[in-house]
Amino acid sequence: MTEDAELELRLLLEAIYQKYHYDFRGYSVASIRRRLQQALGAFGCSTLSGLQERVLHDPATFRALLRYLTVQVTDMFRDPGYFKTFRERVVPLLRTYPSIKLWIAGCATGEEPYSFAIILREEGLLERSVLYATDISGESLEKAAEGVYPLDRIAAFSELHRRSGSSHSLSEHYTAAYGAAVIDRSLRSRVVFSDHSLATDNVFAEVQVVSCRNVLIYFDKSLQDRATGLFRDSLCRKGFLGLGSKESLRFSANSSAFSDFAREERWYQKQ
Amino acid sequence: MTPVPRRVPSEVELVVAGASAGAIDALRVVFSGLVARHPPLAIVVHVPAHTPSLLPSLFSGVCAVEAEDKQPLEPGTIYFAPPDYHLLVESGGLLSLNADGPVNFSRPAIDVLFESAAIAFGPRVVGVLLTGANSDGAEGLAAIHAAGGFTVVQHPDTASAPAMPQAALRRFTPDRVLDLLGIRDLLAEFGTRGTP
Repeated sequence: MTEDAELELRLLLEAIYQKYHYDFRGYSVASIRRRLQQALGAFGCSTLSGLQERVLHDPATFRALLRYLTVQVTDMFRDPGYFKTFRERVVPLLRTYPSIKLWIAGCATGEEPYSFAIILREEGLLERSVLYATDISGESLEKAAEGVYPLDRIAAFSELHRRSGSSHSLSEHYTAAYGAAVIDRSLRSRVVFSDHSLATDNVFAEVQVVSCRNVLIYFDKSLQDRATGLFRDSLCRKGFLGLGSKESLRFSANSSAFSDFAREERWYQKQ
Repeated sequence: MTPVPRRVPSEVELVVAGASAGAIDALRVVFSGLVARHPPLAIVVHVPAHTPSLLPSLFSGVCAVEAEDKQPLEPGTIYFAPPDYHLLVESGGLLSLNADGPVNFSRPAIDVLFESAAIAFGPRVVGVLLTGANSDGAEGLAAIHAAGGFTVVQHPDTASAPAMPQAALRRFTPDRVLDLLGIRDLLAEFGTRGTP
């Protein structure tokens, strides 16, 4: 029973990889199974092999399924202490670089890269900064590049922004129109959104900061190790790696490449 | 005719538990009987998001920690779900966290832990549902039952908030319906068995 369920899941993920080149084979089984379970209900399939047949013969079903597999909801300045640490302890060291590059891996719909861009602007560093924001979901990347968020979310973002140690108002960074906030062009123009998979792609730039939050928890241990290996190789010496509030390098094969920088807020520094 | 109650399983690799309103007092009683090398115990207690988790520190005399992602399950240890994350178990004996949306308005949700345990551990898991004022855990405990696991529900009359046990009892008939002392004594049997 359990073995059959395992087999069906493995076959479906293999089929998706072979046909569409999205590689979920290294994802944490418990989490992806739950997401697939929800998709089964929505697509009216009773088994994963039934879903596999539809996915293989109907690209539209795959695109819809991809939404279930990649959904990621976050806020601007989520966990304000994380951003406060970046502002107060990482930014002073970034000032010493003539040009600053950040990689936000798993950027979803853009809330996190814009949070970093806002801090860099408030600290007077935006003009010499580039933020690479990557995700595997083309749909999320399109939304992220638009930089449009409903005003009812902006109220919560403003509070988190304030708690991240800013003396500015969040409203300095967007224009409100038709019930939505549009992130300023000067911020958007510093963020390069691109398709990148931590499972199959490689390092593409040398950066001083990598931020990857609540992404690694969806990976199994070997894919986590691949991803943290990419971060290590992408970071310059003494570069910074920031993770989600419940993620750590404790069980990682690459833990020796990093030291704790701000342990509580999950900022690490490459040795 | 009353059916013969199912025997307590001899090989338990994992105990999962869920509790909400009234959880702390209930768990204090339940933990008080644990033997030193009890099977790993993974627990979801509903706590508000954005609060630091104090749960592991509330229980003395046991080894209780906040669960970390991809942490291996060890005997003699109690793992609490951290605030604002779901806790799941993997078939390889690891814990996983995820940040998916709330389930039953809760993150962490008992159903998420229980359903993952049903799939990963099947007949080798014991599920325990305690006091609570909502219906989280009923579906998950039913999934453990369907996968051949052993299921225990706190008797609603003895629960400080009976809604959660009642929801489970409406959903299916568990292997045992016990008061807290009965649950304590049942869990005390694990670890004296199975482990050499």
